[in-house]
Parts: sequence; structure tokens; C-alpha cells
Amino acid sequence: MKTIQFREAIAEAMSEEMRRDDSIYLMGEEVAEYNGAYKASKGMLDEFGPERVLDTPISELGFAGVGVGSAMIGNRPIIEFMTFNFSLVGIDQIINNAAKMRQMSGGQFNIPIVFRGPTASAGQLAATHSQAFESWFANTPGLKVVVPSNPKDAKGLLKSAIRDDDPVIFMESEQMYGDKGEVPEGEYTIPLGVAEIGREGSDVTIVSFGKIIKEAYAAAEDLDKEGISCEVIDLRTVRPMDSEAILKSVKKTNRLVILEEAWPFGNVATEITYQVQQHAFDYLDAPIVKINTADTPAPYSPTLLEEWLPNKEDVIKAVHKVLYK
Amino acid sequence: MKKITKETYLQWYEDMLFWRKFEDKLAAVYIQQKVRGFLHLYNGQEAVLAGSLHAMDLEKDRMITAYRNHVQPIGMGVDPKKVMAELFGKVTGTSKGMGGSMHIFSKEHRFYGGHGIVGGQIPLGAGLAFADKYFKRDAVTLCYMGDGAVRQGSLHEAFNLAMLWQLPVVFICENNGYAMGTSVARTSHSTEIWKLGLGYEMPCGPVDGMDPVTVAEEVHKAVDRARKGGGPTFLEMKTYRYRGHSMSDAQHYRTKEEVEEYKKIDPITQVLDVIKDKRYATDGEIAAIDKRVKEMVKECEEFAENSDFPPIEQLYDVVYEQEDYPFLPHKL
Ligand SMILES: Cc1ncc(C[n+]2csc(CCOP(=O)(O)OP(=O)(O)O)c2C)c(N)n1
Ligand SMILES: [Mg+2]
Repeated sequence: MKTIQFREAIAEAMSEEMRRDDSIYLMGEEVAEYNGAYKASKGMLDEFGPERVLDTPISELGFAGVGVGSAMIGNRPIIEFMTFNFSLVGIDQIINNAAKMRQMSGGQFNIPIVFRGPTASAGQLAATHSQAFESWFANTPGLKVVVPSNPKDAKGLLKSAIRDDDPVIFMESEQMYGDKGEVPEGEYTIPLGVAEIGREGSDVTIVSFGKIIKEAYAAAEDLDKEGISCEVIDLRTVRPMDSEAILKSVKKTNRLVILEEAWPFGNVATEITYQVQQHAFDYLDAPIVKINTADTPAPYSPTLLEEWLPNKEDVIKAVHKVLYK
Repeated sequence: MKKITKETYLQWYEDMLFWRKFEDKLAAVYIQQKVRGFLHLYNGQEAVLAGSLHAMDLEKDRMITAYRNHVQPIGMGVDPKKVMAELFGKVTGTSKGMGGSMHIFSKEHRFYGGHGIVGGQIPLGAGLAFADKYFKRDAVTLCYMGDGAVRQGSLHEAFNLAMLWQLPVVFICENNGYAMGTSVARTSHSTEIWKLGLGYEMPCGPVDGMDPVTVAEEVHKAVDRARKGGGPTFLEMKTYRYRGHSMSDAQHYRTKEEVEEYKKIDPITQVLDVIKDKRYATDGEIAAIDKRVKEMVKECEEFAENSDFPPIEQLYDVVYEQEDYPFLPHKL
């Protein structure tokens, strides 16, 4: 094993895949000469040159569409959004074209593309720069949605995403790029659609994904001292969802808390809640609790942001509640 | 256009110096983590604003821009203390602490943001002008954007609509050379941004954006045309930003010499030179302005510092106009 930063894991995954397959290119704002707005493509221009690592103007609609078009006839593009907040400017190309091309063409055109970049909040960036659209993309048939929470998963999942023959939305976080973690030395991939038990436990299941899962781990650590054993499931892929892993855990613990950084109305946690009550109703010893961001746009002010964003304490409260403690 | 007089120069000097020092103060308190998030400063570009304000009718005209937006509302008449408080996230801020650095608004002073999504404000500017035309008001909207923003599709759709409907709007590109770390030449085959107007047969042209006199003259022609029903104009202001894009920018994409070259044509120095040449003010009077500016900036900081953070309920108070909107709970 070796220890690397999240941003290095991203760069390694992209670089290894680009060495293997020369139909892959990386395109986005500041990805080449600046080495990535968050340095997640450091050194890649030097290695692959300007034909394969391309800086774009601030034209998300244009370059998302160029990605999809080129994927119709042979390329395997990696399209970086500086953040997914800005993907909204180009979302038409993702939802109407990337996601639907294969179906509309009766299976003639698959779109092997990865759209990647940071998601969700990253400090006091306020309303337009703090949004989590996992559930928007996951709502769309034709897309796959991957949200890693650590360097090992980021690298293994990104390599799988790049090799995947369908469009994949791959979501990172500004606040994770500096995180360090152990990754295997050699070549490895992690399959899409498979959750990981990040921490084994027996009293309650906490399902989460992405950056916010750290709050679940921190809560589990504290709760352990109280004698409460939490099982933390890292979804890793939101669509397709590894429902089996969730159900298996819930059947063991009989209690479920879901932590998701997203607005509460119709989010990923809502879907998990539906599936669990449908398939494991009799196993539940308490109503499921989901913890989300407030039902409002993100505020700038630090005190309001603290209230808006879920944290460790919220998870602890929820665990107590489902345990009737 | 209003004549450019001694008073104009003195006002320009004081305003521009205040804007510059206001931004410098923000940079300082950012380092102390009193202001967080992104912080995009206007240093170097002041002549664009000073010249524009001179050409506008400040009783009725409107302004909208992107996220580099702290000093424009001050120019439009907003109390700078409230702008500073907004950046501190305080309840006394222009948006009660909800918007922060990138989102300054003032309905009272006809400043319509403060927009964080690049290019998002361009159709909005056309929309403001649409409403003025619709209601037969004779206000004109000045809609600003960066050199990076002109590569958004929103610009092209808005230009076409504004020309089609002859909307009273002046589109102003502040070409400060870079969109983050990307120069204009690296993101377009055509580097003369003003020519984007040509495809829509919109009156357009380049302007020296370091000189408030030239800016005022060109903006005035455009505003006048718009007010008389002659439709939109597109102006490319050639300007420069001295500081990094936001606060974490190592600026490897340019040389220190390049920045120094532009400082030679600094708008504040240019104006001060005229003041001195024409003896519009004595050294003592100039020193008095400098002192006043310094005190005003200090007052802003103290006001922001001493204001309260918003109450938690405010999270929900400002989302909908409907008073009893049933928000979903997000935690226990
Ligand atoms: C749609 C969108 N894409 C990307 C960004 C990230 N971003 C913020 S500012 C910026 C550069 C804009 O440069 P320019 O328009 O020249 O304005 P300047 O910062 O120079 O004033 C970028 C890429 C964004 N905010 N919105
Ligand atoms: Mg610029």
C-alpha cells in the first residue's frame, strides 16, 4: 500500500487509463495548463499533450456536448466540471443526449463518457456553489452515478467508470482533494454498483456516501464509547444502488439512519427508505431516520451554514432516536 | 453627457481610492478568516466603474454584474458598511448575510447582483431591460461580464433577443485578460471580444478600460442610444486585475512584469496625475481625501465586526415570499 491524496488518486486513475487506451481524453476548464482548478490533473498535460488534455473556455454546454458527440464515434471522454454546480449550464447534453442516446437509437450508440468534478458544499460559498445533484442525476435512466469518499475508492471507481461503456457521473469534493489515504501499489479497479461496509457493527446501520460520510464515521466512533455499535455502509455508487448490501445490514441491525448531503425532498435517502420499508419492513424496530441539508438554498453566514449542513451530532441524535435512547 | 470637471476628477479619485482600499481591507480580513468562501477583488478595474457611473442616470438606471461585485453597489449608492457586513456574514449585510461575497444586491439602489454562475447575469440584464421597455420606463440597464463569460451560450442567446426586441441594455465586457488562469487567446480563435456584437449587428467596439474619461464617453453614447430606443450596445473594456482570481491563486499564468506594466497605467494614478497637473487640489487636500478614505474603510470594518450574525430562523424566512411555507425537516 502507499499513501496518496484524493487528488492524486484521481490523477493516477485518469493517467493510468489514458496510457492504456488512447481514445480517452480529458477536457474541462483549467484542467491542462493550470493542472486542474483543484490540481486533480497535475502533470497530465505534460505527459499526454494538448491533444488529449484540453483546456476549454467557460462553455459547459458546448464541451459537454462535444464530449457526447465524440463518444458516439470512438472517443471515451472524461469531461471535468469545475464543480457540478456549473454542470447545470450543460445539463441538457447530459440528460437529453448522453443518457438517452443508446435507447433512442435502439442500442446503436452507447456513450462511454465520464462527467466528473466536485459536488456539494465546500464552506461558505453560498447558494449557487453548494449544491448536491446526486439525486437529480440518479433520477435519470441511462446514467450511472458514483460518489467516492476516500482515495482508494476514488481511484478504483474512477478507473471502472472510465472503462464503463455507459455514461457515468463521477462526483468528488473540493474538501476531499487534500484527504490522504492508503491505496494499493499496483493496478486495481473497484466495480460500480457495489457498496462497502466501512465499519462493521450490530446495533444500527448508517448509510451514507461521499464527503459527508466522515460525519457518520466520527459519530460511530463516539457512539462506540457509549457501547453503541454502528455499521456504516458507504454506498460508493448511488445508481445502480447496492440495495442488497443495505437490506442485509438492516436485517442484522433492525435500525437505519441515512446521512446524505442533499435537500430533503425526493433525494437518495428517500429511495433507500422506500426500498427498505418495502423489502425489510418486518425487520425494522424503529422508523428510519434520514439526515439531510436544510430544505433551503445554502446560506453564506457561518452560523446559518452550520445549522444547514448535517454533522456528527445530528447523526448521534438520530442513532439515539432509532435506539429509543 | 455631464461635463467632466474638476469635481468629477476629485470624485473619481476619492471613489476609486475608496474602492481599492475597501478591497484591500477585505483581502486582509480574509486572511484573518473573518470573510470566507471565494473573494474576487476589483483592483485595477476601477476606471470601468467610475466612467460608467458618470455616464449613467443614477436616479433611474440599473446595474447587474458577476461575482466581482463588491464596489459596484457602493458606486450605485449602497452604504459600504452594509457591503462589508455582508462579507462578514452579518445580519446587517445587504442580503442579511445570506449571499456573501458573490451575491450583493440592492433593490433600493437598482443593483441586481452579484451572480456566481458565469454568464448567468447576461440574460438577466436583457430581462431587466425588457421590463423597462414593457412598462415604457426610460431606464437603461448596464450589464457587465468578464472575458471568460462571453464564451457562455447565454451571451449569444441574450444578444440575439436584445437586438431582436431592441432592448435598452448596454452589455459591457470587462476584459481583464484572464478567466481564472486562462488568457483570452487560449480559449478563442477570435480574441477581439467586441466583435461578438457584429454577428448580431449590435453596435459594438473596444474601449480603453483603464481611463475613466474614455469609458464615460463610450458608455454615454451607448446609454444615450438605448434610452432613445436605439437598442443594445456591446462594449469591450480593456482592463486588468492586479490581484489573483480569488484568494487562492498562485498566478503562475502571468509574470510579475506584466502586472507592473499595467500598474503604470493605473486608473487611480492616471486621475491623480491630472489632478496634480491641473492643480485641481493641493497636496494637503489630496492627503485629506486619503485620510477620509482610510477612516471610511475602518468604519466599515468596525460596523461589520460589531454586527450580529443572523438569527437561525432567517434560514427559512427569506426563501419564499409565502410566509407559512411548509418546509421539510432535515434532521431531528
Ligand atoms: C458556469 C460556470 N462555470 C465555471 C465557473 C467557475 N468560474 C468562476 S469565475 C471563472 C472565470 C471567469 O472569468 P471572467 O469571466 O473573465 O471574469 P473575471 O473573473 O476575470 O472577472 C470561472 C471559470 C462558474 N462560476 N460558473
Ligand atoms: Mg476575466
